[in-house]
Amino acid sequence: MPAPNNCITFLVDGQLFGMPATEVMELTRFHELTPVPLAPPTIAGLMNLRGQVVTAVDMRRRLELRPRPEGQQPMNVVLRREDVLVSLLVDQVGEVIELDDSTYEPVPDTLRGVARELVRGVHKLPGRLLLLLDPAKVIAGLTVAPRRSALATPAV
Amino acid sequence: MEQMEEILKDFLVEAGENLDRLDQDLVRLEQSPGDQKIIGNVFRALHTIKGSSGFFAFKRLEKVAHAGESLLGKIRDGRLTLNADMVTTLLAALDRLREIVRGVEDTKAEPGGDDAELIAVLHALGEGKVASVARRGAPAPASAPPVPAAPRAAAPTPPAPPARATTPAPASANIDSFLRDFLAESHENLDALDRAFVALEQAPHDRALLSNVFRTLHTLKGSSGFFGFWRLEKVAHAAESLLGKLRSGELLLNEAMTATLLGTVDGVRESLKHIEQTGQESGKDFSAPIEILKQLAEGKAVAAPAAEKRVAPVSAPASPLSPALSPGGGEGEKSAGAAPAAPSAADSTVRVDVGLLDKLMNLVGELVLARNRLLPFAVNHADAAFTSATQRLDGITTELQERVMKTRMQPINHVWSKFPRLVRDLSAQCGKQVNLVMEGTETELDRTLLDAIKDPLTHMVRNCVDHGIEPPDTRVAAGKPAAGRLLLRAYHESGLVVIEISDDGAGINLARVRQKAVEKGFLKSEQAARLTDRQATDLIFLPGFSTAETTTSVSGRGVGMDVVKTNIENSGGSIELSTVAGQGTTLRLKIPLTLAIVPALFVGCAGGRFAIAQTSLLELVRLDPAQDGSSIEDVYGAPVCRLRGKLLPLVFLKRELQLDRAGDLQSPPHDATEAKVGDCESPAPAEPVTIVVLQSESHRFGLVVDEVHDTEEIVVKPVGALLKGIPAFAGATILGDGSVALILDVAGLAEMSGVATKLRERPPVEDAPALRVAHPDEKSLLLFHMGGAEHMAIPLDLVTRLEKFPRTSIERSGGREVVQYDGGVMPLVRVADFVEGCPATVDSADTLDVVVHHAKQQPVGFVVGQIRDIVTAPLRVADVTRQRGLLGSAVVNNQITGVLDVPAILKAARPEDTPKLMPITPIKN
Repeated sequence: MPAPNNCITFLVDGQLFGMPATEVMELTRFHELTPVPLAPPTIAGLMNLRGQVVTAVDMRRRLELRPRPEGQQPMNVVLRREDVLVSLLVDQVGEVIELDDSTYEPVPDTLRGVARELVRGVHKLPGRLLLLLDPAKVIAGLTVAPRRSALATPAV
Repeated sequence: MEQMEEILKDFLVEAGENLDRLDQDLVRLEQSPGDQKIIGNVFRALHTIKGSSGFFAFKRLEKVAHAGESLLGKIRDGRLTLNADMVTTLLAALDRLREIVRGVEDTKAEPGGDDAELIAVLHALGEGKVASVARRGAPAPASAPPVPAAPRAAAPTPPAPPARATTPAPASANIDSFLRDFLAESHENLDALDRAFVALEQAPHDRALLSNVFRTLHTLKGSSGFFGFWRLEKVAHAAESLLGKLRSGELLLNEAMTATLLGTVDGVRESLKHIEQTGQESGKDFSAPIEILKQLAEGKAVAAPAAEKRVAPVSAPASPLSPALSPGGGEGEKSAGAAPAAPSAADSTVRVDVGLLDKLMNLVGELVLARNRLLPFAVNHADAAFTSATQRLDGITTELQERVMKTRMQPINHVWSKFPRLVRDLSAQCGKQVNLVMEGTETELDRTLLDAIKDPLTHMVRNCVDHGIEPPDTRVAAGKPAAGRLLLRAYHESGLVVIEISDDGAGINLARVRQKAVEKGFLKSEQAARLTDRQATDLIFLPGFSTAETTTSVSGRGVGMDVVKTNIENSGGSIELSTVAGQGTTLRLKIPLTLAIVPALFVGCAGGRFAIAQTSLLELVRLDPAQDGSSIEDVYGAPVCRLRGKLLPLVFLKRELQLDRAGDLQSPPHDATEAKVGDCESPAPAEPVTIVVLQSESHRFGLVVDEVHDTEEIVVKPVGALLKGIPAFAGATILGDGSVALILDVAGLAEMSGVATKLRERPPVEDAPALRVAHPDEKSLLLFHMGGAEHMAIPLDLVTRLEKFPRTSIERSGGREVVQYDGGVMPLVRVADFVEGCPATVDSADTLDVVVHHAKQQPVGFVVGQIRDIVTAPLRVADVTRQRGLLGSAVVNNQITGVLDVPAILKAARPEDTPKLMPITPIKN
């Protein structure tokens, strides 16, 4: 059982993000994805995780960052929330670190867009900043498949 | 204390079961009042309730049960003949018992209340007086159903022999189910006694344990008495008396008592075995053990068995029973398991937690998937040993799957068993007579499905009684028997369970349905008038629809059939309703056997693989224009093709899934820019297309796909909440290669594509006779109705498009009617004006059906009444007496149909004289 302050870190488009380790079920390498037609673009597809169907969320799109370069394989951060398995596709999984409240700061006012909604706070780590994500909010915005007209094309 | 609660729980469960069974039995009894077996059964159930209640000191329960039992006793002995009043009163008593049991369940104590009236009525009936009791909650008192009583009571029922005499013949196969229940139960009880006596030896003061034993013995005594096993009854009674003393603390359990009691148990067990084999009690009696038990109960020391503890006492009471009984019978029976004795009723069944079965089912699903993954290797592998091992695994997996599925199967009777009572009460309440007939009660289906259809079925049965079957006088006036017939039928058909609920009542008044639909604003009146009967019946499934004149407590609130339909469809089933005015209504439910594993067809589209459940698959069709000239056509802008003379609306999977512009599915078309609907062109007419013909509810449509792959059994996996909003998919599955494939939701596709709506708007044509071999004279005809000339047609090859125009869009130009069309103007020709004998058309509808014909590159719109369908039929050129404007006639659906002479009409109408192409801003479309 990880300590409550343990945090899984991962990189998405060069930015370091973190998520409480208690929320993460497992980290795996890339699995083949089956795209889901009509799904919002943030849904990268479905994958088979040992006989269970898992919905994969493209974190670059979710965070409205640049699309992943061709040929670069993402990794899976698998979460289980209310019996639904969701995998977050990230560029690279980093180390598990223990966070200290002393480095914490609330979300700066200058943070705009979707990040403002999904980021719970900032930790000032030596040399870089870690944005702590709120898993519930990362997933929540996706539950209803939006009509295609309502779908914002991500900034490229 | 805890143990006490445990016992109470058992009591409640048992009482609930007994009451349920009583419900059924009483109703059955009403049908066949002389049936001793049922009478005995009812008597016994009441007796058990009475006994158990007495033990718990639930006085109300005991008194009511006792009063009921007394009445039943008289009926059993032939002193009284059962009549409807008695049944009604007994049912009321059951309800009261149930109410009290519920109270006990909630509060652990018997709720207060006065049953004196009910008991008095039961007594009065028992004394042969006429009496009745108002049922609680039911508005109609027993006076309402004098119905079934009179004729039956009048029928001379010969005083039936006492129950005992009907004990089945001494052939083990013939042991009837009640006896078997008794045996199974008694074996369980005896085992419990064994354990309890041993435990008591350690803790002789344990009150709860003593009470438990007492109760078990009492049950045994009661049941034995009911079956007329007097010897058993006596010995159980003797043991019970001893236990009574022990329980009250008058005596303390000692070794001698334990030994004797255990011996008694063994003796009883032996006796039960004899009953199991022969159906009758063995001739040996228990006088010796009874004597010992009596002495013990009187506090006398009994010397004999005390010394040897178990073995001797066991043999002592048992020896007079049967010479075959070996000393140490009880233990011998267990340890001598090697002996090839037939398994007793108690041994042959095991109660298993449903959750465990569900888990097993999931595991088997996984196994099936693993097997599927393995099989391709075996095919590609030359090693014979490996291949045969895989085949073996394949076979075992299949069988395992079937068996495990079987464990979850339950006969539909589990749901139906409630209906006799339901129907009886309802019909009494509505003042109707209904005979319920159930066929195929043993038809099995998955228990999850059984749960899912329980409420819908109940609702439909209620509907049939309340709405379907008419009151007796109406029925008699209509020349039908006074009692209506409600038939429930279940059977298996091609991997589905079909459940039919039919009544011989008034049927559904479709005119009334149409009228209601208009009143409630579902339809405009002209739309309602256009509906075929079949479509009108479908209205019943709309939310908020009810034709009942008044809302009764039974039904009519308009929440119902739509919920029923949704429930059934959620279970992967479908529902159909057919009705004939004056003759009755039939509801037909089709339900899959199981939901867990379904056979599916895989289709390919834009590089992706999709599964379609085979239950909705009708056939596969390939349209190859180069081969036979068949191709995709166009009706109202909707693509259709002709399938054996009928129009089949088409849905392009690529278009529905918006895969048409993004190319391959392998590179997901994620931010492909917003699709412009309709920018995807249908395949060029010359290209062959593959069509999967699907059936969703009552809609049939063709799904155009790129390719058809194989069929495979798939395990449906939930897609997760994230994708629930996409109606095109029902779920996902994992393929043999480990990848995930989406399962298409046929109903969802139909809705999305608008096929469902379009079909609703377009009145389907009565079944056309199957198309004959193409005949040189045969022509494709577009059928339409027109004012007074009902059956008209126009050769299809002269038709370029079919359009609808709002009446308001008609303009006048140079004295002629025109509409803006395709960037220009199109003259309209009112066909009726140019066909002899056709009354001039009056525009009643808001829209006009227009057949577009191109004459010399110019569109001309023929205003026809109402477009019906496209058929192929042999065309006969008419003789000299032909009507002006008609080319000839064709016989379509046994109807002479006039075929328009288009050139002649054009000539007469001279639409080309219309001022050509006025400058008009092109209309965007």
